[in-house]
Amino acid sequence: MSEFIVNACLMGLLAFIGIMVIQQHRLFAVIILSGAYSLSAAAWFVIADAVDVAFTEAAVGAGVSTVLALATLSHVPREEKIRSVQPMALTISLGAGLLLLLAVLDMPHYGSDAAPVHNHVAPHYIEQSGSEIGVPNIVTSVLASYRGFDTLGETAVIFTAAIAVFLILTGWTRKKN
Amino acid sequence: MHDDPVIRVVSKVLIPSIMLYALYVQFHGDYGPGGGFQAGVIFAVGFILNAIVFGVNRGRHVWPAKLNLQCIALGLLIYGGTGVASLFLDGNYLDYNVLSSDPVAGQHLGILLVELGVGLTVASVMVGLFFAFAMRAEHARLLTFDGEEASSEVTAKPRASRARKPASKGAKS
Repeated sequence: MSEFIVNACLMGLLAFIGIMVIQQHRLFAVIILSGAYSLSAAAWFVIADAVDVAFTEAAVGAGVSTVLALATLSHVPREEKIRSVQPMALTISLGAGLLLLLAVLDMPHYGSDAAPVHNHVAPHYIEQSGSEIGVPNIVTSVLASYRGFDTLGETAVIFTAAIAVFLILTGWTRKKN
Repeated sequence: MHDDPVIRVVSKVLIPSIMLYALYVQFHGDYGPGGGFQAGVIFAVGFILNAIVFGVNRGRHVWPAKLNLQCIALGLLIYGGTGVASLFLDGNYLDYNVLSSDPVAGQHLGILLVELGVGLTVASVMVGLFFAFAMRAEHARLLTFDGEEASSEVTAKPRASRARKPASKGAKS
């Protein structure tokens, strides 16, 4: 029961912050609110027993993203342009949202042991990680060893994205002779 | 923000502890939540806080742009190099079992190296991105850094850096 109340409060808080972001036109407030959104989401991930994800969300989503967005704010106007509601855009957004909600109905229930994701390779990881990898944190053994190729790809994506951003922001400049 | 003694003193106390905590997250990732990604971000926050409080130019001198770019590539190279090393030791790519005589010890070593690579890349990418935005006012010397002292002190305050930027498209004049 108490878990339900905490979940409901956090979900309510997330929805509340989301509505605040839509209502707000000052970009500084929007950035701070999205930081608060990330922090609340991290709290919810902890309740869902995903501490590693929560840690990442708190560090990346609430911490560094907010700082980077604030640094970006120095190059853009402070206020969002206020435009009238566009019926076409509203219809497309509502339609897409409705389709996603319908898709959620087909998903397995939270924590269901019959879910496909729990019956493929996950049992092997949970049973064999201790003897094959010997690392107490199974998340780390999956991330760095069993799924090492994925993490290599992620690191390469970060590398490529950063180089692209540097090129866009600064360009290749030659040293003056 | 430079002349507020409270912020200066508090951040001087905070920055070493943030970095120590980042190292803990990095090397304790095998035993608890954490790992290269999180540790890299926390480590970068130490440098970013330093730059925000003591000025972007002083912050840039702590971790020069050239070293920053090299670290981004080095992290990915450490990761990829671990895979190549296992190839040379008659294993598959990124098969850590062959890195040591004992497979479990090899896995430990492999995970440590790989997480180190991830942490290095993520930390330097985050620091680099921050400086790319914060130093844009004076055409950030990120890709070529000749080491000379910049003439104008650019603060991380949005208003100040916007005022100094000559050709800002969006800014209201």
